[in-house]
Amino acid sequence: MSVITKKAGNKRFIDEVSAIPGGEGVKLCIQCGSCTASCPNANEMDYPPRQLIAMVRAGIRDEALSSNSMWYCASCYLCTVRCPRGIKPTELMHALEYLAIRHGVATKRTLTPIMYRAFVDSVKSNGRVHEFSFTLRYYLRAIRFYLPTRTNPLKPLRAFKLLGMLPLAVGLFSHGRMSLRPSRIKGRKELKAIIEKAQAIGDAL
Amino acid sequence: MRYYTYFPGCSSSDGGAKAYGSSAQAVAKALDVELDELEDWNCCGSTPYTAVDELTSICVSARNLALAEKRGLDLVTPCSACYVILSRTNSSLKEYPELRDRVDEALRAGGLEYHRTIKVRHLLDVLANDIGYEEIASRVKRSLSGLKVAPYYGCQVVRPGPGFDHPESPQSLDRLVESLGAEATPFPLKARCCGGSLIISEEDLALGLIHKLLDSASSNGAECIVTVCPLCQTNLDVYQRRVNKKFKTNFDLPVLFFTQLMGVAFGIDSRALGVEKCIVSAEKVLTRYVER
Repeated sequence: MSVITKKAGNKRFIDEVSAIPGGEGVKLCIQCGSCTASCPNANEMDYPPRQLIAMVRAGIRDEALSSNSMWYCASCYLCTVRCPRGIKPTELMHALEYLAIRHGVATKRTLTPIMYRAFVDSVKSNGRVHEFSFTLRYYLRAIRFYLPTRTNPLKPLRAFKLLGMLPLAVGLFSHGRMSLRPSRIKGRKELKAIIEKAQAIGDAL
Repeated sequence: MRYYTYFPGCSSSDGGAKAYGSSAQAVAKALDVELDELEDWNCCGSTPYTAVDELTSICVSARNLALAEKRGLDLVTPCSACYVILSRTNSSLKEYPELRDRVDEALRAGGLEYHRTIKVRHLLDVLANDIGYEEIASRVKRSLSGLKVAPYYGCQVVRPGPGFDHPESPQSLDRLVESLGAEATPFPLKARCCGGSLIISEEDLALGLIHKLLDSASSNGAECIVTVCPLCQTNLDVYQRRVNKKFKTNFDLPVLFFTQLMGVAFGIDSRALGVEKCIVSAEKVLTRYVER
């Protein structure tokens, strides 16, 4: 890990994170580690929450944003209720996810960013999430991560795991828990106008 | 009669948890509660959307609150994930004035405005605190006496709060279960995480969390689990076989929505409650209480 302070434009990383609602708490951290101790998924993270916060403060931007850490946050909010400084590490994780996507550096070592995008696309087209087409879209996009590579020609073998999903899908269908047709809202035009406006405002920030 | 505006959320309306929506309505009717569905509601805003585009997700979320303002009643949702996101939209709009201006501008593009007057509630809060345990107990037609139930809260119904129950050691669902005559078993992990939507992208990770929950419920003698969240129900029920395969266990724990359990105790027809939609059959534990 390099310790060179990296900046986006002329903004310091800590200011970039603090500017996002929920990200400002990063300045209050006393590095006690309550967040890491509370996190059910800290073991899977490149940098557990306490360390990730330290990295934001130290300006170690690229490593933090391209890490898998925030993508393993399940939003259980245990860290948030335990933090003695009132920081909201859960929100901070979302802020880092947002920055990673915005700057195109989200890691490819977990499929969570792809899953989240498939979810959002479903909301955009229907106004609601349609579970069947959302999961289908996700698996279709995930397939390219199972193509053979020069370093790992046997990668497609891992895709066999996905076949284990078939009995689950069949079970959901046979129990009347999967609708094939999406339920769509009437105000899709209005929702689209809201979304486009919000994106335009966000892009200008 | 009590009146609320109702936000089912995608999963409980037409998704994997539609039994939650139907049982919630059936139980509400029995308790003289009117859950009037918010007209043309959209996705709550969702945690995935927050990660992909924070500002837009808040605007999407706020459209619901703006629509609810036309009637002005509390907005009640049975989904913990919708509850946490819609509440968060309210608190963010309160806390960040510059965000408020941006959201107002975006809503105007859709012909709406939101004056931040809507209170967001979880269905468990409404039933436990507005209706109350005594009232619930008085509607019980078939006491669930002898049934051992693990009350599973999960995360977002009590966290981050401040909400209507303790964030780590909540009691409301325990008391509700007991008001039906059933026994709420000790469940040390009752407010711990099931992995949420990470079950899709990081299955092994989530299966580990689900395994711990099933183990905690089962080793304390529970015959079934009740949940207050569509995601929790899906993870514990639909993925229970996957847990058994991965950890070489043989859990056979039905996972019901708390409204389904209430409905059974109220003597409501189990088909109206969607009990048959559970992947791990609940029939064997409920057969004592369900009239054939």
